[in-house]
Amino acid sequence: MNNILLIDFGSTYTKITAVDIEKEVVLGTARGITTVETDIMDGLNQAMEALFLKTGKLEFKKVLGCSSAAGGLKMVAIGLVPELTAEAAKRAALGAGAKIMGVYGNELNEYEIQEIAQLQPEIILLAGGTDGGNKEVILHNARMLTTIGKDIPVIVAGNKSVAPQVIRILLESMTEVVHTENVMPKLNELNIEPAREAIRGVFLKRIVQAKGLNKANQFVDDVVMPTPAAVLKAAELLGKGTDYETGLGDLMVVDIGGATTDVYSIAKGDPTKSNVALRGLPEPFAKRTVEGDLGMRYSATALFKAAGAKMIADYARVSTQDVEAYVKKVEENIEYLPQNDVERKVEIAMGRACTSLAVERHVGQLETIFTLLGSAFVQKGKDLSAVKNVVGTGGVIVHHEQPKEILKGATYSESTPEMLKPECPDYLIDEDYIMASMGLLGEAYPDVAVRMMKKYIVRR
Amino acid sequence: MENSKVKVVLGVIGADCHAVGNKILNYALTAAGFEVINLGVLVPQEEFVNAAIETDAKAILVASLYGHGEIDCRGLKERCREAGLGDILLYVGGNLVVGKTDFTEVHNKFIEMGYDRVYEPGILPDQVVIDLKNDLGL
Repeated sequence: MNNILLIDFGSTYTKITAVDIEKEVVLGTARGITTVETDIMDGLNQAMEALFLKTGKLEFKKVLGCSSAAGGLKMVAIGLVPELTAEAAKRAALGAGAKIMGVYGNELNEYEIQEIAQLQPEIILLAGGTDGGNKEVILHNARMLTTIGKDIPVIVAGNKSVAPQVIRILLESMTEVVHTENVMPKLNELNIEPAREAIRGVFLKRIVQAKGLNKANQFVDDVVMPTPAAVLKAAELLGKGTDYETGLGDLMVVDIGGATTDVYSIAKGDPTKSNVALRGLPEPFAKRTVEGDLGMRYSATALFKAAGAKMIADYARVSTQDVEAYVKKVEENIEYLPQNDVERKVEIAMGRACTSLAVERHVGQLETIFTLLGSAFVQKGKDLSAVKNVVGTGGVIVHHEQPKEILKGATYSESTPEMLKPECPDYLIDEDYIMASMGLLGEAYPDVAVRMMKKYIVRR
Repeated sequence: MENSKVKVVLGVIGADCHAVGNKILNYALTAAGFEVINLGVLVPQEEFVNAAIETDAKAILVASLYGHGEIDCRGLKERCREAGLGDILLYVGGNLVVGKTDFTEVHNKFIEMGYDRVYEPGILPDQVVIDLKNDLGL
């Protein structure tokens, strides 16, 4: 028996993928409605029935799950300087697959504590100070957090010199306080891996239970990570490969949803042009960003504001009035699908605008500086201009007839030459929607996962 | 213990790319027992301030060699005060202005701008180390 079942408890759908790891094939996929409010097993059973109708009855030697149900893993990140430790903490949380509710810097005040309480984070990541650096602010913030009046798991990833004190303070009112390495041990040195691991540990231990996902436990061996972390893991495997299976090299993944657009990149992002100085915080090799204002349904109006009617209308070659009318329609009825040619064009253009803006916010920028010796360039963020593969995943792209048209937004544009977007990539589509599953599978069978992704995620 | 060392922030300010003196100072200050947070070249004012906050540095050493020092360095003291670093030491050195201006004039101008010490071209790193130790009471 070589069958493994991989489950993604999504916010709307519970998606399941059955694979045979001996033959390295997808046996079938199916979905049911996510039923986390009542019993998570209802939706799962519904999906299983749909699967067995296609494949016949299957037995599984292992069942693994990831989850973004019930709003995903909600986190708040706290640091000292907004551009430094607060940013590092935010990146660690994003890399762990969290949904960032808020990022705070400097000394927290009472209002901010109230705000954090209202945001109802499931984990707080507390950073601040390089090792041996500023001590006062993280101590102050720990004391402030004890006044929040709630028992929230806190991960401490700040100045190691005061970590024991910080933990002692927090333990006065919190039951779960986890210590890990500093997210920024030295200035401009990013160390987010230990914090990511710690977040995952707390997720496994506490959050799975709190969200009622443990009800699936008789059936599912483990809900091992949040869904975005599984996608990041899959992207990393597909890009880097393993010792026995080569990967595709540097790549980017775009996942557009109804409410958000996620972008992942697997690349170092060093400058590709000469005479360029790197500035700012170093970037993680496997980087994830999420845009809460770019999405196709819940965020349609926000997208309309961020992109502007003209950008969408220009992509679609329709009038701005048509765009406005369509955006209004889908916002009022999120189930709405395009009914005619104009609407189909606008739908594609909206997807392309999501891709374009989300990728622009993800990639690095080049700034020209004029010096006495001619012009020099300063690069902030990752140079992804040489990235060869752009992968599309997520419901919007996977179920679309012309996914490539949507993904084209990821490419470099002469109108914004400072954005270091991929210059001439190939477009690959995750047609069977298996990336999250492959991230899960990759935990135990990395070689199989890489080979299967290379087989199932295809060039278009 | 690496972390008990006194930390100083070092960098070349503004649109200036001169890297050699920066490397020499980095070497000399490290050899003298300081932990140097070297920001390199092309450093905006806010990065000096951010680095000093996060690392709890005791001094910021600013270099400028391309003649636009006055424009680039103005306002750093105010920025430090704003960020709660009113007591941090500020040193500046290099070719701070274009042409053969009398150095006393340059010196006074930068002192007025809030810098604690101003160095003219040709000063050796040893002098900076001695001054730092004196000013910090080491």
